[in-house]
Amino acid sequence: MLCLLFLRDRCLSACAGHWALRRMKPSQRINLALSRVPAWPLYIVGGLVPFWYLYLGLTGGLGVEPIEALEHRLGELALQGLIAGLAVTPLRNMTGVNLVKFRRAIGLVTFYFVTCHLLVWLVLDVQILSQIWADILKRPYITIGMIGFVLLIPLAVTSNNWSIRKLGPLKWRRLHQLGYAAAILGAVHWVMLAKGFQIEPLVYLGIVVLLLAMRVPKAVKRAVA
Amino acid sequence: MAGRYKSPLTHADVTPKAAWLNRRQIIAGAMAAGGASIASPALASLGARKTSYGSGLEPNTFEEITSYNNFYEFGVGKDDPAQNAGAMQTSPWSVVIDGMVDRPGTYSMDQILEGQTLEERIYRFRCVEAWSMVIPWVGFELADLLDRVGVQSGARYVAFETAVIPEVMPGVRRRVLDFPYVEGLRLDEAMHPLTIMATGIYDEPIPNQNGAPMRLVVPWKYGFKSIKSIVRITLTDSEPPTSWNKANAREYGFYSNVNPTVDHPRWSQATERRIGGGLFAARQETLMFNGYENEVAGLYEGMDLSVNY
Ligand code: HEM
Repeated sequence: MLCLLFLRDRCLSACAGHWALRRMKPSQRINLALSRVPAWPLYIVGGLVPFWYLYLGLTGGLGVEPIEALEHRLGELALQGLIAGLAVTPLRNMTGVNLVKFRRAIGLVTFYFVTCHLLVWLVLDVQILSQIWADILKRPYITIGMIGFVLLIPLAVTSNNWSIRKLGPLKWRRLHQLGYAAAILGAVHWVMLAKGFQIEPLVYLGIVVLLLAMRVPKAVKRAVA
Repeated sequence: MAGRYKSPLTHADVTPKAAWLNRRQIIAGAMAAGGASIASPALASLGARKTSYGSGLEPNTFEEITSYNNFYEFGVGKDDPAQNAGAMQTSPWSVVIDGMVDRPGTYSMDQILEGQTLEERIYRFRCVEAWSMVIPWVGFELADLLDRVGVQSGARYVAFETAVIPEVMPGVRRRVLDFPYVEGLRLDEAMHPLTIMATGIYDEPIPNQNGAPMRLVVPWKYGFKSIKSIVRITLTDSEPPTSWNKANAREYGFYSNVNPTVDHPRWSQATERRIGGGLFAARQETLMFNGYENEVAGLYEGMDLSVNY
């Protein structure tokens, strides 16, 4: 008898838990699931991706011109990372899905991709010191990419709790709006280097512009208030 | 007249055909094993005359030459042409030859090749994007073709046009450029003995991604001048429009001679990377007129090459 009562009890509490879950919005359910996923694997996976490409390049997996292929893949990853970082806020506003917990990892891994992209250019592609300077100054698409990279440096340096405390959330957030400019510059950089009329870089630029435009109404409201 | 060109180099400077055939067979075998449906073309030798004309450099492998291409009709990626160009029908094929010629008309490839002696020409190939290859072309001098159709005295330029077949050309459907692709040469450039019509590579019929069934090769100019899959040749008295110049006149001039001292706005042209060197390939210096200065510098005497880029 006692045993039966106990079982009924177990069942009720389980059902209650189930009902609570049923009443949750899908976004809440996703957030609950995400709350159990740590951010650190992003650093590991992100950290390994360039090495995987390097391995492919060394073993013929990137075709007969691995330097260009490596440079391009890392550039694309960098831009995709910037876009992922920019998408966090609009995604939360529109769907309630909250990825803020992963944003620091996304940002730092993206900075790492940009750095690898730059290193491939410096070390494997151009190689010649005098030509590196000339290219940075003379070639607008390189200049633009370089400005994008430089803008990301303070963001990477301040992507830690200590900096947020030190700067205060308002200043910190202001500083991190440099990421908007970097994403625009990164996408423009691609549009500029694409020859002929190419859709892909324009689509990327369009996505960046869209993600930034989605922030405008809120910013206006804040300014008015 | 085939065989006008002589060089001190011997055929021993070239990778023995057996060596690259072996490599191809291994590749083809690997593809077959992987279930890829890419049929390896029959190894039909074109029987090109072995001239000793070469650059003294070792040619790139067949794989390199046929897997890394710019042919925007088939897509903007370097591997797109190799993946997509197979769908293009290149036989039958005909070429319209018109304008200021004595015998204009539509010529089939058979008619064009009839009585032509095919010869091997090992040329440097330098892309405006600062990469390069060495390619053992098979072909004949353009001058031989032009002589046959009879160039009229007022003609000063030759215009060329690439096929436009939207059904098999994704780049055409996406309007990457204002197609058809067009190119042009001054008549003296076209008649120069280094200028050839290529129909083969490594003594095999030229693969589609390299411009089958017939393409121009002008080794002292950036690669985009060497127009592929030609369907029209027109003799004119005025400078014809050229595709990249139309797309971006500041970056691409009509002449587009390889010149390490005149930079392209996007790329320094002082150095180049030879395809095939892997991840740590060193850059090498680009040669004036791509190493053909002795042969062609005279064509441009008195011209300011930084203005006529
Ligand atoms: C915000 C930073 C940057 C982003 C998001 C970015 C992104 C990209 C992308 C998407 C591509 C094209 C990939 C493709 O065609 O598939 C590219 C190409 C390239 N990027 Fe960047 N890039 C950045 C910074 C830089 C910097 C700092 C440099 C060098 C100083 C640089 C040099 C290049 C070069 C040389 C290419 C290839 C150009 C060519 O093939 O002609 N980029 N980049």
